[in-house]
Amino acid sequence: MGGLERASGDQDAVRARAHARRRLLVFALRIGLGVFILASWEALTSLRCEGKDTATCVIDPFFFGKPSGIWAQLVTWARNGTAQGPLWEQIVVTLEETVLGFLIGVALGIVFGVVLGRSRMLSDVLGPYIKALNAMPRVVLGSIFTIALGLEMPSKVALAVVLVFFVVFFNAFQGVREVDRDLVANARILGADERRLFTDVVLPSALSWIIASLHTSLGFALVGAIVGEYLGARQGIGLMIATAQGSFNSNGVYAAMLILAVIAILAEALVTRLESVLIRWRPNAITDVTI
Amino acid sequence: MRAGDGTGSVAAIELRGVTKRFVNPAGHAFTALRDLDLTVAPGEFCAIVGPTGCGKSTTLALISGLEPPSRGEVRVLGHPVHGVERSAGYMFQRDAIFPWKNVLDNVAVGPRFRGVGRSDAESRAREWVVRVGLAGFERYYPHQLSGGMRKRVALAQTLINGPRVLLMDEPFSALDVQTRLLMENELLDLWSTTGASVAFVTHDLEEAIALSDRVVVITAGPGTVKGEYRVDIPRPRSIAEVRFEPRFVELYEEIWKDLRDEVLVSYERTKHSVAS
Repeated sequence: MGGLERASGDQDAVRARAHARRRLLVFALRIGLGVFILASWEALTSLRCEGKDTATCVIDPFFFGKPSGIWAQLVTWARNGTAQGPLWEQIVVTLEETVLGFLIGVALGIVFGVVLGRSRMLSDVLGPYIKALNAMPRVVLGSIFTIALGLEMPSKVALAVVLVFFVVFFNAFQGVREVDRDLVANARILGADERRLFTDVVLPSALSWIIASLHTSLGFALVGAIVGEYLGARQGIGLMIATAQGSFNSNGVYAAMLILAVIAILAEALVTRLESVLIRWRPNAITDVTI
Repeated sequence: MRAGDGTGSVAAIELRGVTKRFVNPAGHAFTALRDLDLTVAPGEFCAIVGPTGCGKSTTLALISGLEPPSRGEVRVLGHPVHGVERSAGYMFQRDAIFPWKNVLDNVAVGPRFRGVGRSDAESRAREWVVRVGLAGFERYYPHQLSGGMRKRVALAQTLINGPRVLLMDEPFSALDVQTRLLMENELLDLWSTTGASVAFVTHDLEEAIALSDRVVVITAGPGTVKGEYRVDIPRPRSIAEVRFEPRFVELYEEIWKDLRDEVLVSYERTKHSVAS
C-alpha cells in the first residue's frame, strides 16, 4: 500500500512539474513574440536609412512610426503635456465621457428592454422603429451631436449612450423574453404574484443576459467617446489622435492607441470582476470567447 | 370542507369529462385530452402512466390551474379550480428550482411568496432542508449540487407549502437508477407523514406500481382513461425489494398488456411523423 501511495504521489509531483514547465514555456514564448515584433519593427524602420531621408529605410518610419519614437512621444507627453494640456487631464476627460455614457446607456437599455420585453403591445408597435435605428450606422450621429451639443463633454457622452443603449437593450429584451417557462410555472404554483414573479424570476433571469452585454457595451462606450472627440473637441485622447494625424505624427497616433489599449484592458478586467460579484450563482457565465 | 355527493368524502382531485385543445402558432388545433374522467381519493397515491405525448403532463397542468380545460370540470378538494390552485404542489420533470437562489432561499421561497416573514420562512426552510437530507448545504447554489440533491431541494420547496394535493411530472426520470430508488423511498417516507393526495405521472410502469395505490393507464393522444388497477401491495414498501414480490409481477403483466398497445400506437405515429 505504502509503495503504491508513494508511486502515485511521485506521479502527481511529475505532473505538477510538467504543468509548471508548460506555463513557464507559454509565458516565455509570449514575451519572446512581443519582443520579436517590436525588435523587427524597430530594426526595419532603422536599417539602411541614408541621412535624414526616412524614405530610404526598409520601412518608412514617417508613415509607420517606430517603437522608440512612440516611447519618446509618450515620455514627452507625460513630461511636457500635450498640445491640449497635461496628458493626465486628457485621459481623465475621455474616461469620464466613457463611464458616463456607459452608465446612462446601460440604465436606459435595461429600462427600455425590460419594459418592451414585458409588453407585447409596446414591442409590436415600437419594434420596426428600433430595428431601423439599430440598422443605421450610429457613428454618424456623432456629427449631429457635435453640432447640437457643442464641443464639450455632452456630445461625446450622447454618442457613447447611443452606442451602448442598443447592445444592452437587445440583451435585456431577449433576457426578459427567454425566461424559462418551467421556472415561471413553478413560481406561480409556489404562490408568486405578478410583482414577485417579476422581481424573483424575470429580473434575475434577464440579469445574466444583461451582464453578458456589459463587456461589449463598455467597448462601445469607449468608441463613442473617442469618435466624438475625434469629430470635434477641446480635450481628450480622441483629439490627441486627431491632432497627431493632422501633423503627420504617426508615432503620436500609435502612442495614443497604446494608452487606449491599456484603458480598455483595465476596464474589461473591472467588468469581469463586477460580473463575478453579480452572478455568483452561475458558473462560466462569460459568453465571450476567451483565449 | 363541503360534504361530497353521496360518497361520504370529497375527492381530492376530480376531473369530469375534461377535454383540452391547444392551438399551435401555425393555427392548427390539436386535442391533448378527450373526455377524461379521473378521481383521486384523499390521501391516495395515484400513478398515471401512458405513452409519450398522451397528455399526462397536460392533466397535471389542468389540476394545478396553470391551464384551464377547454371543456369539462376540474375540482380540487371539492371546489372548482380557477387560476393557480393554492392547495397544490407541483414537481416538474426538469429542474425548476431557481439557479440564482441558494438551497435555503430556494426552499424558503414558497412561504416568502405567500407572505411569511423572512426569519419565519427561513427557520421553516431550515427544518425542511434537514428533512430532505441536505443539512450543511444551505448556502450552496444549484449548480454546485448533483442531480439527486437538486431533486431533494425541489421536493423540500414543494412540500414546505404543505400541499394537500401533490402533482408530480416524472420528477425522477433524469436520475440514474440508484439515485432514483433512493429518491422514491424518500418520497414515500415524506408523503406518508403528510397525508397529501398524489397524482404521479410517469412512463415507467415499475415506478408507477412500486409507488402507488392505483395505476391509471392513459391512451395514446388524445388521452383518455383506458384502465385502472388497484395496487394491493401493503405499505410500508421498500422500493428496491417490492419489485420481486409475486403480486408486483402479476400486476406488471396485467397492466403492461393494456399499456403495450398504446405504446405501439404512439410509436407508429412518431415513426410516420418523422418519415413525412
